[in-house]
Amino acid sequence: MLELKQINKVFFEGTPDEKKALNGLNLTLQEGDFVTVIGSNGAGKSTLLNIIAGVLYPDRGSIKIDDKNVTYIPEYKRSKWIGRVFQDPMAGTAPNMTIEENLALALGRSKKRSLLKGVNKGRRHEFKELLSSIDIGLENRLNTKVGLLSGGERQALSLLMATFSKPRILLLDEHTAALDPARAELITKITKDLVEQHQLTTLMVTHRMDQAIELGNRLVMMDAGQIIFEAHEEEKKKLTVEGLIQEFQNIRGSRFVSDRTVLTS
Amino acid sequence: MVYALYGALESGLIYALMALGVYLSFRVLDFPDLTVDGSFVTGGAVSAVLIVNGTDPFLATLIGGGAGFIAGCVTGLLHTKGNINPLLAGILMMTALYSVNLRIMGQPTISLMSETTIFSKIEGLWESLQIDRFLLAPFESLGIPDYAPGTFLVILSMIVFAYVVKKIMDWLLQTEAGIALRATGDNARMVKSLSANTNSYIVVGLGISNGLVALSGAVIVQYNSFSDVNVGVGMIIVGLASVIIGEGLFGKKKIARITLAVIFGAIIYRVIIALALQVDFFDASDMKLITAVIVIAALIFPTWGKQFKENKKRFQNKRAFRQLEEKGEEENA
Repeated sequence: MLELKQINKVFFEGTPDEKKALNGLNLTLQEGDFVTVIGSNGAGKSTLLNIIAGVLYPDRGSIKIDDKNVTYIPEYKRSKWIGRVFQDPMAGTAPNMTIEENLALALGRSKKRSLLKGVNKGRRHEFKELLSSIDIGLENRLNTKVGLLSGGERQALSLLMATFSKPRILLLDEHTAALDPARAELITKITKDLVEQHQLTTLMVTHRMDQAIELGNRLVMMDAGQIIFEAHEEEKKKLTVEGLIQEFQNIRGSRFVSDRTVLTS
Repeated sequence: MVYALYGALESGLIYALMALGVYLSFRVLDFPDLTVDGSFVTGGAVSAVLIVNGTDPFLATLIGGGAGFIAGCVTGLLHTKGNINPLLAGILMMTALYSVNLRIMGQPTISLMSETTIFSKIEGLWESLQIDRFLLAPFESLGIPDYAPGTFLVILSMIVFAYVVKKIMDWLLQTEAGIALRATGDNARMVKSLSANTNSYIVVGLGISNGLVALSGAVIVQYNSFSDVNVGVGMIIVGLASVIIGEGLFGKKKIARITLAVIFGAIIYRVIIALALQVDFFDASDMKLITAVIVIAALIFPTWGKQFKENKKRFQNKRAFRQLEEKGEEENA
């Protein structure tokens, strides 16, 4: 399904600021996997997502989606197979366009965009049903400009846009981090529902250990550009936040130093 | 005076095509494209040369528009492939086009006085339809024939032309590709993550924008019976003025509404200029200064208005609070 092999990425190579963001990382996702990724700041989580999405190219290593080598395929072509939700609620939608236009734009991900009307009667109906499925009242506001929505509503819409055209892989980049606890809870629930409904193979980066433990069937812990700990199915179900911190200390022999991780767990 | 206003209406309708082009680059793509100053002349130059050499004026006008399309695409490529800042890419093209335009024309000016233009071509059909007599009749019966224009030919044919272009643009911007084009100017990062090549949308978008500008230039040349290599100077500001005036007066909620607003904006701009030139103090050479002042005013006043409202609210709030405090003191005493 998704196969990352020996991925290396170095920023500012050859300068005093040199930073090895990814260091020989290997990761394979099976069809239907829902993998949560945790790690302290600078562990390489965002770089990992950017490399899968094609925003960045790796210095070394290869990326395969469905056995097709996509390592150097540019982002706009690769996103045919990849749905993505960003941390910033403003990033995933076009603010000066209406909800229905944003959805129509997302519909064009998997096929070529034509010179036919983007929003027609049939589609409007379809969009309405889609929006009712997430049940936050957006179905009656198809003609509202997205810029007028709240952060939580925009994030829910981004999530819908990333999923409803059924991408092969869904990438979630701390997509609840910028929301208040209640909204974050809601978005987490919608995420869970949509991933189950569409049977999506998902990779989710998060800062919150409890969320990482609650969601998905696999958990991956990253540090210094490598995967240092993995838990599958049964193993993952037994995990606790304290257990995870203990695990990290056993492996690294140092205290887990992300203040945010401590605060939110 | 009356003739000046009809003249403003006529040229406003022709410049409306240019304003639509500027709307596409400035507003839709969020790309401040200065190529316009050059491509407007390119459209005029190409069509003028073709007409002098005996090409059908309609075909010549279309080819003029095509030349502008190419110029716009080059600007887009400079920006997307060459990573040149949008403003600089436009200025570079504008400068380069000045020489290109001189090459095309072979001389700084070309006269079309004795040539067949699109307007002289329509004239035959126009006279056989006798529309003028029909439209001028009300003026005669009201006893104000002096308030009528000599002919409605340009006005009516340009209304039709501008309307057709507007309709095409409305349709285009609502297609699947058009939605992606608009989103490119709104949130490019998101468009890339939704599998659309923002670079090609920028290139094609700027092409269409400058195509419209050049089309407008080609028609203006035939309207004036005269092509001049310097006529494009400050054209971008004229376009911007039209867009801002239109949006300000007629709103910018829906696409169909905005394109109409831009057309009206172009006409109103011409009317303002025509009225300003009626004032003895102003010379024709002051037109550019007047234009700049209009744009500056249109940009500044809305923000000042907001500031003023805000200040008023603060003032009222302060006063209300003070009164409350005074009341409290009285009661305490």
